[in-house]
Amino acid sequence: MSGETLTSSEYIKHHLQNLTYGQLPDGSWGVAHSAEQAKEMGFWAINLDTLAISFVLGTLFLFIFARAAKKAAAGVPTGVQNFVEWIVEFVDTSVRGSFTARNDMVAPLALTIFAWILLMNLMDLLPIDYLPFIAHAAGVPFLKVVPTTDPNATFGMSIGVFILVVYYSIKMKGLGGFVGELTLQPFGKFGLPANLFLEGVNLIAKPISLALRLFGNMYAGEMIFILIALMGASWVSASFGSTLLFGSQILLSLGWAIFHILIVTLQAFIFMTLTIVYLDMAHQEHH
Amino acid sequence: MNINATLLGQTIMFVVFVWFCMRIVWPPIMQILTARRQSIADGLAAGERGKHELELASKRGAERLHEAKEKASDIIAQAEKRAAQIVEEAKGNAKVEGDRLLAGAKAEIEQEVHRAKEGLRQQVADLAVAGAEKILRREIDAKAHAELLASIKQEL
Repeated sequence: MSGETLTSSEYIKHHLQNLTYGQLPDGSWGVAHSAEQAKEMGFWAINLDTLAISFVLGTLFLFIFARAAKKAAAGVPTGVQNFVEWIVEFVDTSVRGSFTARNDMVAPLALTIFAWILLMNLMDLLPIDYLPFIAHAAGVPFLKVVPTTDPNATFGMSIGVFILVVYYSIKMKGLGGFVGELTLQPFGKFGLPANLFLEGVNLIAKPISLALRLFGNMYAGEMIFILIALMGASWVSASFGSTLLFGSQILLSLGWAIFHILIVTLQAFIFMTLTIVYLDMAHQEHH
Repeated sequence: MNINATLLGQTIMFVVFVWFCMRIVWPPIMQILTARRQSIADGLAAGERGKHELELASKRGAERLHEAKEKASDIIAQAEKRAAQIVEEAKGNAKVEGDRLLAGAKAEIEQEVHRAKEGLRQQVADLAVAGAEKILRREIDAKAHAELLASIKQEL
């Protein structure tokens, strides 16, 4: 898979390691060459692969949509415009269905979340070794192709959503209203500590559950792809056993990929819908 | 798989993408969708209106046709009546004319007969006078017996 022979666990670890750039133990800055090195870099390091791939995908999304928006006319839509309008309409319908207040930001936010996550998740369907193999040939030690299997990416988005939830809660209800919501429910003012605890957990759980749900699903899916790929890696000779393994790798990865299309879309949709719902709750007086 | 500054990078990227989407992508597409929805609704309404108008027009057309047929049959009936009347009139006129001509012819014939009678009478009278003259040449004076001759002529 990456040139030299690897054990199964090395193969898995290799696939699960981001390309991390940060301060190396000797004090210089560079790319970590092992998981331990990456761990030692601490917080002030960045995963180049996650950032680059998600940036490329996000730009691709915005490029396609902006081009369609620019060229669009109210006549009969064709090709890309039709597709773009279909997605926009779908997102718009979702927003209209779950978001009751008036806010022009929510629908574009939902569209961005849906399209971006969908594209990042779809990277999972690329054959698992292609990009890392090419990267390895180009001298890059690690490459994690699916940005959503990096918790940094999912938490990055969910924190963005969380900031918006807090911002709109305070904007709509005032700081007092927001604090009151956190402290005066559900037991009245005499149960203040319990209220704060319950509502605090409730509030914090939103971004964490958003991020971890997406991360967990994609990580598990990626893991299964890796395990399926390992079956074919056990090809040693033209014996019956390894032929069987090789054949079942093809079948299994096909089946899992087809099933994964569902998960990929579903996770993008869930993230979008929950964002809309959370923002809707932020706009409501009582929830 | 560790949390690091990528988190901040992703958050910033996310915010920028959302901002871009909100400013550049969303409004024109929504505008187009609204415009198209409007134009489709207009088109449907126009179609409905056209259909309605067509219905009205065909109804009106049928009415006109009916009217025209009625008028035509009226005209035909009138014409027939008029024709019959004309024939009747012509017949009456012809009869009157015929009668008149007949009467004229009769009168002329009568006149002719009368004239012939007159002529004949004159000639007979003349002949009688001539005969009588020849017979009575000597004793009868034409002038003296003119009155007698006239009365004889009258009787003839």
